[in-house]
Amino acid sequence: MSGPWGAEGPPGALDGVRVVELASEHGAFAGKILADLGAEVIVVEPPGGHASRTFEPFLDDLPGPERSLWWWYYNTGKLSVALDLRAEGGAGPFRELVASSDLVLEGEERGLLAGLGLHYEAFEAARPDLIWVSITPFGRDSERGREPMTDLTLLAGAGPAWSCGYDDHRLPPVRPGGNQGYHTACLWAVEAALVALYARQTLGFGQRVDVSMDAASNVTTEAATYEWLVAGATVQRQTFRHAAVRETPPRLMHAADGGSVIGALPRHAREFAAVSEWIVELGLVDEFEEFFFLEMGVQRGGVLVPEIASDPEAAAVYQAGSDALRFVAEHVGAMEFFVGAQRRGIAASVLFAPEDVIGDEHFIARGFPVEIHHDDLERSFAYPGAPFHAPASPWKVRGRAPHLDEHAERLLGVPDGGAG
Amino acid sequence: MVTALGGLRICDFSGQLAGAGATRFLAAMGAEVIRVEDPVTQGYWDALRGMPPFVDERRGTDYGGPFNNHNVEKLGITLNLRTDRGKELLRRLIAESDVVTENFAAGVMERLGFPYAVMRGIKEDIVYVSNSGFGHSGPYRDFKSWGPLAQACCGLAFATGLSGRHPAGIGYSYMDHHGGNVMAIAVMVGLLHRNRTGEGQWIDISCTDAGALLNGPALLDYTVNGRPLRRPGSPDSNRSPHPLMAPHGIYPSAGDDNWVAIACRNDGEWESLSCVIAADWCADQRWASLAGRTAGQDELDALLGGWTGSRDRFEVAAACREAGVPAAAVQRPSERIDGDPAGTDWGLWPTVTHSKMGKVRVDGIPVHFSKTDWVIRRGAPCLGEHNDRVFRDLLGCTEEDLRSLREDGVI
Repeated sequence: MSGPWGAEGPPGALDGVRVVELASEHGAFAGKILADLGAEVIVVEPPGGHASRTFEPFLDDLPGPERSLWWWYYNTGKLSVALDLRAEGGAGPFRELVASSDLVLEGEERGLLAGLGLHYEAFEAARPDLIWVSITPFGRDSERGREPMTDLTLLAGAGPAWSCGYDDHRLPPVRPGGNQGYHTACLWAVEAALVALYARQTLGFGQRVDVSMDAASNVTTEAATYEWLVAGATVQRQTFRHAAVRETPPRLMHAADGGSVIGALPRHAREFAAVSEWIVELGLVDEFEEFFFLEMGVQRGGVLVPEIASDPEAAAVYQAGSDALRFVAEHVGAMEFFVGAQRRGIAASVLFAPEDVIGDEHFIARGFPVEIHHDDLERSFAYPGAPFHAPASPWKVRGRAPHLDEHAERLLGVPDGGAG
Repeated sequence: MVTALGGLRICDFSGQLAGAGATRFLAAMGAEVIRVEDPVTQGYWDALRGMPPFVDERRGTDYGGPFNNHNVEKLGITLNLRTDRGKELLRRLIAESDVVTENFAAGVMERLGFPYAVMRGIKEDIVYVSNSGFGHSGPYRDFKSWGPLAQACCGLAFATGLSGRHPAGIGYSYMDHHGGNVMAIAVMVGLLHRNRTGEGQWIDISCTDAGALLNGPALLDYTVNGRPLRRPGSPDSNRSPHPLMAPHGIYPSAGDDNWVAIACRNDGEWESLSCVIAADWCADQRWASLAGRTAGQDELDALLGGWTGSRDRFEVAAACREAGVPAAAVQRPSERIDGDPAGTDWGLWPTVTHSKMGKVRVDGIPVHFSKTDWVIRRGAPCLGEHNDRVFRDLLGCTEEDLRSLREDGVI
């Protein structure tokens, strides 16, 4: 019932699916998602624990194998066993775990598992229904499989960094924050794993699923790629807006309370009406010199994009709409701008830090932050929850990350996991 | 050829990338994805239909480069849902479908007359997946959104920038890509559950919730330790606080706007990098420990940038990697697409045939399946390109029906 933690509510879509995950920095997020979807995910660590247990940040800033918040986040709901795969005492139990599993998730260096006789091909004949998902830098068979890499070097080589940064190109390109290269590969790994599980349901066989982290980020750069593929053009990075072939106007606006906001520029009559009414409500008509052009925008029924380049009146109206949003932003708080613009039918957003998200009323109302109990600490903490509501088979964080080798006895019937 | 999702049919209202990206993957895996578009507005509820880049001087709803990229391997039909006959045809299509997908703002499907309750009445086990900026519940449910707005509101744009400067944001619709990836996951979740239980459901995605998943350690640092990401000197996403590494940055190199990324994960890699650099300043004992390198990171970055600044970025990266130190040149699109064998060896840039645009290269899929691999050969559908095939061969319309549907502006 509903994964290892006996969580309440309906089981997830992967209830009854067993996953063996070889602990890895770049595949951990995929295993976490599979666990959130209801799979029993057994993370296999080396004796002494996986290196990511030493990753910052730590509970109360004190290092320790059970204190890494990195480990906590990326391993929710998993079970842990410690096994030395290089010794028969560890390889044997690993083979047994794989034999009882539906899916293996690993990101080992090229050739390592084959050298130990623990690769997909070693299990395939006995288990034709087994699904084996590899997440590696350049694909499982690439000659470059042993190159040292991190999220930073991945995002530099694969495109995302080229498109991010500032107008001032004396400043370096910027890596999207938060280990997004790993996330990108893991999201692809999960959707592929689910397709493989579906194919197993309908066709009856398993298969090898080979995820290239480099390829995943390469196809996650939107216009940078198709501008080159279609038109042979190269986008250039710009501050807080899309990298583009031709420079585009600044988007970022600063609110009266120091917050930052962005908004879609008015084009339709109703949008010009909305922003002019807003200025009236704020009692600022006399301070906004282009107010006349907003009214003109209403009267002429808005502006069409092609007109902006050819018709001076349309251009003036369009510019006034842009200036009006910026003007309003400067006179209200960031949240007031965001919510006020949206309630008036103008698409807008506010620059939230992660801590703003977890405390925001909308995200709370959606049930996004979830309290996860740490029985070992007798404390509970708010975690990011589910990206979607699936009432019949929910995505749900099913419990805290496991302690090292916490489930050896339960899974292998021996107290120390046979790790020696 | 056996495909993973053969026999699966998706009635697809999704557009842009956050929706279209999901059904693109599922189509490449063998699902029959039927895009339903509005003939009255020439399909422009997906603005990408007419957006640049273009392959040549031709313009219009069938020539948008982004649309072609995001809609390969799909079928396209037109249906005027303002008409009763259009609604009836949609009912018949839903009855023949496993999944309905859309990424409209909340409320649009209701206005079209097809909320989930109606769809379930047509086909009880239908899997309906909606994907909007803020989801269909909560105080912001009616708010509009697209990529840049979603990634501002979920914490990702804030987390991207250099210390001491305003966040730079992410320079493309990253959350459109991942809105699509999460949507593909949602569709498969619905199908796996249906296959097991016979039960359909409505799965409601919030793209901002999806984005807020992608900053976990920083978020827990706040909820557990009370340390916000909004603090002096933070964030600096070219550095690595989680896990802590130094040096860790993007450094200048010879030429115009050329850069190279270098990271040292431990003291050993710093020693190796020192051997590559072979300069006196490397021997400073402060740099021997992570604590020292972190405390003096500004100075260390300046020294390292001084070394890389006059050198070729590809040679620097190769020398570092040869010594076991993670490094990569910041590659331009031309370099990573046409100059890097990693992509071409993978088959990452397949060429599709589009009925009007001809042969065009597009994004491939970063996953290979050993037995049911993806196929991307057909370009995006022109507006209504598969009307005959779908309305006649699937829904049983006669030639006479088709003629009258066209004359009456239904399709």
